[in-house]
Amino acid sequence: MLEIIGLGCVRGERRLFGNVSFTLEPGGLIWIQGGNGSGKTTLLRTLCGLTQAMAGEVRWRGEPIQAWGEDYRRELTYIAHANGLKEELSAQENLLVAARLARQPVSRVEIGGALQDMGLAGREHLPVKFLSQGQRRRAALARLTLAQPRPLWLLDEPFNALDTHAVAGVRQIMEGHLARGGMIALTSHQDVGVQATDTQTLRLDG
Amino acid sequence: MIRTLGHIVARDVLLAMRRRADVATTLFFFVIVASLFPLGVGPEPKLLRAMAPGILWVAALLASMLSLGRLFDADYADGSLEQLMLAPEPLALVVIGKVVAHWLISGLPLVLIAPVIALQFDLPAGSLGTLLLALLLGTPLLSLIGAIGAALTVGVRGGGVLVSLLVLPLYVPVLIFGAGAVDASATGMDASGHLSILGALLLLGMVLAPWATAAALRISLE
Repeated sequence: MLEIIGLGCVRGERRLFGNVSFTLEPGGLIWIQGGNGSGKTTLLRTLCGLTQAMAGEVRWRGEPIQAWGEDYRRELTYIAHANGLKEELSAQENLLVAARLARQPVSRVEIGGALQDMGLAGREHLPVKFLSQGQRRRAALARLTLAQPRPLWLLDEPFNALDTHAVAGVRQIMEGHLARGGMIALTSHQDVGVQATDTQTLRLDG
Repeated sequence: MIRTLGHIVARDVLLAMRRRADVATTLFFFVIVASLFPLGVGPEPKLLRAMAPGILWVAALLASMLSLGRLFDADYADGSLEQLMLAPEPLALVVIGKVVAHWLISGLPLVLIAPVIALQFDLPAGSLGTLLLALLLGTPLLSLIGAIGAALTVGVRGGGVLVSLLVLPLYVPVLIFGAGAVDASATGMDASGHLSILGALLLLGMVLAPWATAAALRISLE
């Protein structure tokens, strides 16, 4: 369970948001909304522990994430706005490196399957620099299929650059994760459309 | 933990193998800078012999600095640095992995080619071993110190110049004792004192630099 209590963030001299509170239960999804520059990415980074909050606290399973230390990072998967793919490596190599660094034991067969799910079959061995923006996003999101044991998914604009077919695929993966008791916090400018028992929305404007 | 370290080193070495031009640039820079001096100051054997240790070390310093920009900047630009920071390991471990890879890619080739370059300065054969040893101790230290500067300037525009201003003063002890060791052995003195200090500095760097770099990365990516 993820608890956000009175979270406030400052970027430079500017107050981005203050007093944000919500609780994410297993199977729950929160859709973080807001205009450009309203602090959606900063909020997600704060939930990861990459950015320090100016006020408030992020608690995971009842403990502040600072107390969890490195173990907290074992509980989450963060797909940032940038895809985090190395252009010189193929999609398969990228996923293998990412999984190893995240300490997720996966086989090449599983990676192949994840890429196939995202419609990248036949392009697994192509260096990422030859892929289109949408295909790169698909390759980055293929990490989700491999990250199923991680309960908390933090997704920054997951549907960016994706076509409708891929969006439907990602929705399906997210629904599967929620059904298994996972938690998702995501930002999106387009409709999330994920069927979940517990869906919250949070507006950061103002 | 050790496996993650290996994975990070393997990742960076694999990336360097896919971008061989970058590795070659550092090496050629070192060779060319060191070769320009004999052309510039004239073929006076005594003068060249006296200048050789200093020139080789300054060239190594500059070559090592040239490659610092690639240490974190590319990973920062494509978002993979963020992912590295989210690895369930201490950030200092990630830094150690990247520094080891940086040394393997840009330091080790210099160490191996330096004795060949030293020949054109007519450095006595006996001091080639000392040169090799001094570079072997000194170049990892250059990577370690450089990583702090590179981490502080991640994502800063024109960071390359800033890195030189930050890092070059810190390179001075390495230069003094590195060149001093080769100088001592070339003039027939005992170089072990210089080498011991270089070794001690390396140990100090290995302990402190990864933590400093990790702290700098956290500040830069905040």
